[in-house]
Amino acid sequence: MMTNPTGRLTQGQFSFLPDLTDAEIALQVEYGLKKGYAWSVEYTDDPHPRNTYWEMYGMPMFDLTDAAGVLAEMKECRKTFPHHYIRLMAFDSTRGIESIAMSFIVNRPAREPGFRLVRQEGVGRTMRYTVQSYATDRPEAERYGA
Amino acid sequence: MTTPLYAIPGAPATSAPGVTEAAGVAPPRTVAQVLAQSQVEAVLDELDRDLVGLKPVKQRIRDIAALLVIDKLRLAHGLAAATPSLHMCFTGNPGTGKTTVAMRMAQILHRLGYVRKGHLVAVTRDDLVGQYIGHTAPKTKEVLKKAMGGVLFIDEAYYLYRPENERDYGAEAIEILLQVMENQRDDLVVILAGYKDRMDTFFQSNPGMSSRIAHHIDFPDYASDELMAIAERMLAGMAYRFAPEARAAFDEYLARRLQQPHFANARSVRNALDRARLRQASRLFAERDRVLTEADLTTLDERDIRASRVFAS
Repeated sequence: MMTNPTGRLTQGQFSFLPDLTDAEIALQVEYGLKKGYAWSVEYTDDPHPRNTYWEMYGMPMFDLTDAAGVLAEMKECRKTFPHHYIRLMAFDSTRGIESIAMSFIVNRPAREPGFRLVRQEGVGRTMRYTVQSYATDRPEAERYGA
Repeated sequence: MTTPLYAIPGAPATSAPGVTEAAGVAPPRTVAQVLAQSQVEAVLDELDRDLVGLKPVKQRIRDIAALLVIDKLRLAHGLAAATPSLHMCFTGNPGTGKTTVAMRMAQILHRLGYVRKGHLVAVTRDDLVGQYIGHTAPKTKEVLKKAMGGVLFIDEAYYLYRPENERDYGAEAIEILLQVMENQRDDLVVILAGYKDRMDTFFQSNPGMSSRIAHHIDFPDYASDELMAIAERMLAGMAYRFAPEARAAFDEYLARRLQQPHFANARSVRNALDRARLRQASRLFAERDRVLTEADLTTLDERDIRASRVFAS
């Protein structure tokens, strides 16, 4: 795709930047903690943009003061799912907001094959379009050469 | 990981350590220079002022502080300085100030620069050990994550291990604890506290725990003059004071109380003072029509002390 020449998945914050180092991730987490957000770790191997709910890796971490706890959890998740997408999400529990305030990918598969455009002919001459990840041709947990 | 293409302000320098330091101030060469740059001396002074007695504790904190200063000087010469293991174990009789010191320790270590955040998470067995299979590990890990960047204080730590029940989940909590104590020394300081004899049994059955704790500090019992100083400090904190005769009476009270069983040092002193306050209150309460001055309201009388059960025998 012309809009994404690197062929990398661009979801969440910082996704057009080079991968964040652990020190940079720690700084982001620290920023979120200062704002009072609760961090959580999630993973998936289905990169479809409408796949909103990824699998949770453990519970969301409330009442943390230091980024080290989140980082430890993230590293554990990386060890368990080295070929999956992993993201960190910050939940803002302020009354009236109660939603995700930050979200960025911290781990991605070595090779991301990207998406194909699927066309479907409808009634008359209408065309329906959708995207499908090449990776999801294979069953779950066998994608990305895991 | 590739080197970043951009720089985040305030980010720990990953590519060139030491560059930022050199750009700021010249590296310190003497102990006095380091002391001037840090709060070490203020911390030590405050400790001396606020805590009565507790010589071994103060000495150990002074040693730790000294190591920090020397490490900074070593760093200026480019010598490696690994973070020392700071896990501690406080043992001592009831009321010798184990919990009080632990509460302050988080603050002290933070100001000395050993922990990043300086908060204290105080837990007991209930917070670490679960009730069914598979409950313990997530529970312990959650507590550990909360304590990271600060101090984890485990009160009555010997309850973690129950030798009489071999299916007890406490062993699992200890295992996870040991792992984190070893691997994430920079992130977390663990302080165990408990009575001396029971902690000894605890360590005998968990030798791994004992060897991973660098500082075993024994809290001595207070001498009677120290107890008196503690009492006056407690009263001052509550905006009370002894009448001159009351002080003598309390001195006598302490001497008698020390002979009796179950004396819990500072805790017994606090309880005695609380009871004296009650007696003072009912003494004043009885005089309905008297105008009470501030002195009346703040002074503990000799009668308030002498009415104690200790003097009865």
